[in-house]
Amino acid sequence: MTSNYLKLIVLAGVTLFAALAASWGRDLAYQVHAVLIMVIAAGMFIWVLRNTDEPVRAGVDDNGYMDDVIRAGVIATTFWGIVGFLAGTFIAFQLAFPALNFDWAQPYFNFGRLRPLHTSAVIFAFGGNALIMSSFYIVQRTCGTRLWGGNLRWFVFWGYQLFIVLAATGYVLGATQSREYAEPEWYIDIWLTIIWVSYLAIYMGTLIKRQEKHIYVANWFFLAFIVTVAMLHIVNNLHVPVSIWGSKSVQVFSGVQDAMTQWWYGHNAVGFFLTAGFLGMMYYFVPKQAERPVFSYKLSIIHFWALIFLYIWAGPHHLHYTALPDWAATLGMVFSIILWMPSWGGMINGLMTLNGAWDKLRTDPIIRMMVISLAFYGMSTFEGPMMSIRAVNSLSHYTDWTIGHVHSGVLGWNGMITFAALYFLTPKLWGRAQMYSMSAINWHFWLATIGIVLYAASMWVTGIMEGLMWREVDSQGFLVNSFADTVAAKFPMYVVRGLGGVMYLAGAMIMVWNLWMTIRGGSKVTAPVGVPAE
Amino acid sequence: METYSLLREFADSWMLLAMTLFFLGVIVWAFRPGSTKTYKDTASIPFRNETNPSREHDDGKDDNVKIGGAS
Repeated sequence: MTSNYLKLIVLAGVTLFAALAASWGRDLAYQVHAVLIMVIAAGMFIWVLRNTDEPVRAGVDDNGYMDDVIRAGVIATTFWGIVGFLAGTFIAFQLAFPALNFDWAQPYFNFGRLRPLHTSAVIFAFGGNALIMSSFYIVQRTCGTRLWGGNLRWFVFWGYQLFIVLAATGYVLGATQSREYAEPEWYIDIWLTIIWVSYLAIYMGTLIKRQEKHIYVANWFFLAFIVTVAMLHIVNNLHVPVSIWGSKSVQVFSGVQDAMTQWWYGHNAVGFFLTAGFLGMMYYFVPKQAERPVFSYKLSIIHFWALIFLYIWAGPHHLHYTALPDWAATLGMVFSIILWMPSWGGMINGLMTLNGAWDKLRTDPIIRMMVISLAFYGMSTFEGPMMSIRAVNSLSHYTDWTIGHVHSGVLGWNGMITFAALYFLTPKLWGRAQMYSMSAINWHFWLATIGIVLYAASMWVTGIMEGLMWREVDSQGFLVNSFADTVAAKFPMYVVRGLGGVMYLAGAMIMVWNLWMTIRGGSKVTAPVGVPAE
Repeated sequence: METYSLLREFADSWMLLAMTLFFLGVIVWAFRPGSTKTYKDTASIPFRNETNPSREHDDGKDDNVKIGGAS
């Protein structure tokens, strides 16, 4: 294969450049990354060299689809999920017990560096892998065709894992842009752009060669997710590197423009990464598991267009009472409130898909996970618009209420629908009749649900308490509480929140065991569950 | 600021109108006559092609209808 010669030349060049970068790098994170890239590129060089002129495997399963990359995606999703939940639980206890910011681990493992590690691990590593693998699964089935682009799928998969590793190690070693959900530095951003464009190419290529006349609605959501995230990522990361031999970069925008760009990105990361993409999963897995088509296809079309038309404007609600002009903040607030309608339209569409099959809720724990996920979607998309109202925001902003809101959305909606997808996909991808243990899914369901309830409830209490304490003034007009007073008052709720995290993590551990047993051996039927009545 | 004012003027008027009309058009279009039949077929896509990518379904109906107005 002549293309292998080209690959060898490129890999040799990358190895050489990374070696130079490792030597000339200005900061630790950059040097570590350069060594990492050098080792990976050199390893790939040897691997490509040894496989040159060897027969190429097509990578097509017996069922005719390219499922190998999806199996890898299931494992990656599960692995990063555990990493992210573990990091989250640990930093929750760091807040409750500051001594856990160990002296010997400074500055690498303090809260400030582990927090972006947690957010990126759960959103981009766990959520991102879940989206990529399920979109690859869904686009093949709903288009009746194989993935486009051959081995490009492996480039996307491994390239994305490399992005995660570079981002995570960068945070710990101190390389960050300090932008919420966009912390990775300039070279990691460029790498992600390349990966993302390849992902888009595979997705579009597969859609274009589809055998079905129509593009199923799940693919519309996935496509909106991929395209919009590309746009958001590029605009929010318009940074100029200080040096090609260092990780530090300076953003192009400044002041309120910079803040607005950041939250235009930040809120649409929620809107298009955590909502549109996961709705794509919902519109496929819920009908499949319920064994009936989506409640209203017309509603799904209106849901799609309303969601993408409205979400993009909601960002300014993060900047109430700042230098942002009032009209912009009001615009963001109004659009956030209107957004309630399509969100609930989508939730109702998902829930009503079970119309006539509500009995499955009693017998099928995977359906139960999907329903609780939609319930949390409905709850957090009601809470969000309410918190975006300026008067409510004056109480809730900067408090733990926001943290609770985000977590009821991500743990409830994104986490639960992903778990359901993993339980749906694993038996299918490894050719098993069903999951190894249905009662373990039940345990997972209850541990996760109670964990979220503990988390959200404690954050409501502590958030509102904190907000009220901050604004409390005495008869002379002086503030009653110092900041440290609020921190002390929050301690019990922080412990409860940490326990909620432990329960959520424990549920995920049970899932790992269950997935492992399913993959390793045949299915052991412990309960006659989830079998179609026909 | 010239460019800003110009773009702002355009965004507040024609662009706003165009986007609103497009959005209303999508809603009207979703409810067009005959859409129920088309969507019944489209909504059942997940229940086909479980294995072996192939054109196993071709009823020849509503072949020139596309979803979403653009693709």
